[in-house]
Order: sequence, then C-alpha cells, then structure tokens
Amino acid sequence: MSLNGLLAQLLLGLINGSFYAMLSLGLAIVFGLLGIVNVAQGAFYMLGAFLAWIALTHFGIGYWPALVLVPLLTALIGIVIERTIICWVYQLDHLYGLLLTLGIFQVMQGMFVYWYGTAGLSYSTPHALTSGHNLGFMYLPNYRAWVVAASLAICFGTWYAIERTRLGAYLRAATENPTLVRAFGINVPLLVTAAFGGGVALAGLAGVLAAPIYQVNPLMGGNIIITVFAVVVIGGLGSILGSIVTGLALGLLEGLSKVFYPEASNMVIFAMMIVVLMIKPAGLFGTER
Amino acid sequence: MADAAVLELRAVEGFYGESQVLHGVDLTVQRGEIVTLIGRNGAGKTTTLRAVMGILRQRRGSVRVMGQETIGFLPEKIARLGVGYVPEERGIFASLNVIENLLLPPRLKPGGMSLDEIYTLFANLKERSASSGAKLSGGEQQMLAIARVLRTGADFLVLDEPTEGLAPVIVAQIGIALDAIRQRGMTVLLVEQNFRFAAGVSDRHYVMETGRIVDMVPRAELGGSLARLEAYLGV
Repeated sequence: MSLNGLLAQLLLGLINGSFYAMLSLGLAIVFGLLGIVNVAQGAFYMLGAFLAWIALTHFGIGYWPALVLVPLLTALIGIVIERTIICWVYQLDHLYGLLLTLGIFQVMQGMFVYWYGTAGLSYSTPHALTSGHNLGFMYLPNYRAWVVAASLAICFGTWYAIERTRLGAYLRAATENPTLVRAFGINVPLLVTAAFGGGVALAGLAGVLAAPIYQVNPLMGGNIIITVFAVVVIGGLGSILGSIVTGLALGLLEGLSKVFYPEASNMVIFAMMIVVLMIKPAGLFGTER
Repeated sequence: MADAAVLELRAVEGFYGESQVLHGVDLTVQRGEIVTLIGRNGAGKTTTLRAVMGILRQRRGSVRVMGQETIGFLPEKIARLGVGYVPEERGIFASLNVIENLLLPPRLKPGGMSLDEIYTLFANLKERSASSGAKLSGGEQQMLAIARVLRTGADFLVLDEPTEGLAPVIVAQIGIALDAIRQRGMTVLLVEQNFRFAAGVSDRHYVMETGRIVDMVPRAELGGSLARLEAYLGV
C-alpha cells in the first residue's frame, strides 16, 4: 500500500477522532456531575450543524459568527430541556436518564427528518479556509487542518478549565459530594445547569465544525453517538482526560484499520471496547466506584 | 450580647424517610460560646447538626441562625449567613489536591484567617499542599476540614466529632486550634464523643437522648455533675 494512502487515512482518522473527543468530553462532564448518560448529545451535535446551516441560508450569518452564536443557542436550548424535563430524573437510577435522553434524541432527530428529509444539505467551507497545502507526501486541505487544531484547542481548553481553575474545582467537588459543596454556600443546582449547558455547547460547536466536512443531515447525530459511547466506555465514564485521549486514539485506530483491513473498520472500536471491558471494567482512565 | 443568639433551635423535628430521628430539639448557642452536644450513639447529635445546616431535608420547627429563621432555606443559603461546616466523615475531596480543598469554600464574610495563619496552626498542611486529598492521613484530613472553613470568614462553626479516631497528639493540636477559634470570638457547636476533650474546650454541654435534649451542664457545674453525665453516656 502507498504511504500517501496511509497518511490520508490517518488524517481522516484524526478528524473523526477530534469529533469523538469533543462529543465524549461533553458526555463525560454531564455524566460526572448529573449522573445522566446523555444520549441527546448526538442530537445537539446535529442541531449545531443545522443551526449553522439555517443561520447561513436564512439569515446570512456566516461560519465565523456561527462558531460563537450556535454553541450559545444550543446551550440555551439544552438548558431549557434540562430545567424542564431532565431535572426530574436526577434522583432515579441512571437507566431512566438514559431512556429519557434517548427519547429527547428521537424527538429532535424526528423533527429535523420531518422538516429537511434525510438527503442531507451541504454547507460550504468558509472562504478563508478553502484551499490547501501540498505537504509533498500528501495534500492537506486547510479546513481539515483547522478542524484538528480547533478541536485540540477546545479539548485542551476544557481540560484546563476543569482541572486547573476554581470553577473546575467546584465542578469536581460537586461531582464527588454535592451536598457538602452546597453546605459551603455554593449554588450547586445552578452549577449543574451551567455544566449541562457547557456539555451541550461542546456538541453544538462540534456540529458547526462538522458542517463543512460531513453533510448536514438529521441522522448525523445518531451515526456518531454510538461510536462516541464506545469511546466513553473505553476511556472511563466521567473521565475528562480519558475522553480526549481515547477519542483521538480511536479515530486513528479506525483510520489505520481502513488501510490494513477495511472490512473491520466499522467494528474495530467495538472490538476494542469488549477487550477493555474484559480487562479493565472501569475503562482505561476510569476509577472503580 | 444575649439579644440575638447565633443559633436557636425550637421544637426541631427531623426525619429520615418514614422514621423520626429528632423529636423536638431545643437549644441555644450565644455569640462567642463553644457548646457541645453529647450523648450515646444514635441519640441524634449528627442529625441535629445536619438539621442546622439544612442538609437534612425533612426538618420542622424553628431553626434561627444569626437571628434569621432558616427552616425554609436551602443549605447554600444557610451557609452564606456565615456558617462553616465540618462533617463527621470530614468530606475531603479526593479529586482535589490539598490547596484546592483549602481554597474551595467561597468567602462568606470578611475577617477569615489568612493562609499564613492557617499554616501556623496546621503546619502539616503547608508541606502537603500539592498532595491529593485522598492521600492524607486521618489527622491531616481533619485539620484540612477545619482549616477549610476558617478561611471563609464564617463566624459560626458546626463541627461533627473533630477528634474521632485521632491520635492524642493530633487531638491536642485540634484543641489548640479550638482555642485560637475561641480567641477570635467565633461561635462553635460541636458534637463530641471524647468527653475529656469536650470538657476542656466547651462552655456548656447539652445532653441528647433519643432525639431530644434532656439536660444542660455549664462548665462551672461540670465537677459536680460528672456522675450524672456518666449515667447519660453509659460509661
């Protein structure tokens, strides 16, 4: 096989991995603090892509403003759903949260299928990033390089905010013992809502980044969320660093398998998940509870 | 000084689900006092503290903190009146290091201890400031749990068994900390099984039995009441 083919697949894997990392990061934050396995994360990713498309098509709002506005709007919609629907299942078993968010996912996906069909819409690459560079061994489109750089920056920024700042310390403490954090005078319910908004905003942002690469399609969330769940399980449920590293690594692994044994590329992540669960049930970066 | 008590419980009832644990608790803590709750295991001492903090959700009656009725308050609102809580299990966060644990509780009032003052009181914490909260010894955890609320400017501390399971040398250090707390004019409500420790630091002792206050012994009457107290505690 050619070196070019290998590198091209690795780049594709890195891009897919960037999306896995951003989406599983949001899942990890929300699961850690709320105990909710948020299946709707996939729908918020799809919503982000659609909001970017709608903003451009109907309001003439371009890619760069959308990169800021869409995550905010997605977070707002997420917070309304959290405050009105999801907040009722916090006291129940995790399974109820999973079922409820699966239902929310289905409703959101169904609405967009009804409005836009499943053919997919295209979103053009922003002008500044249309061309590419010939690296000698391969051609690197600028937009793809930007997506990898942006998602790495987003992942690192989120990790830093959670592991190194005061607000992050509140989040980690409230994940461990919310009652005591409240007894110190910190408004934990507000913190929970904000964290949910933050996790959902990450999905919305990933959706905007994805719009020019993949087709804007109501089913895009469902396609990716299954893989993202495998990433979260392999990395360790609720682990921030685990989500980032595992997301990127599994994207690369998927890319590699496309080169060496394409037939396995759809299942390599799940095979990996089975192996990890057998050896380390809490995931690679997780701790047993 | 007696105009507004720092804490005033009247007919406080508390429940865990269906079972009633507090059956009408009455007690008062005046400004600057150190008051101990003593009693056998299961008498409702820890539950009383949890009712004061609002952590016990099912509570009835009247809980006045700094003169304010708080029975309908959420825990975060009670804390902001200037109450510092040190729970029985110490509540050190394992995913935070020592300095993050120390800086976690937000400032509630001006006049809290500076980090230097805290490190003078608990020198161990300075040496271990980068360690994970999970790696501390029991004594260090207790020091951290107390130090954490001293920084916030809280002037009313609620301490649940601060000496439980600790070596005598650490207990002595906690005693020194309580002296410093008293000298700053802070008010303390304390649950304590170690009666000798409690007798050394407290102005008054409330005795609890089956969810009620059954007796109150001021420090001055302690000598003459030892037999009575020992009967309560069953020692």
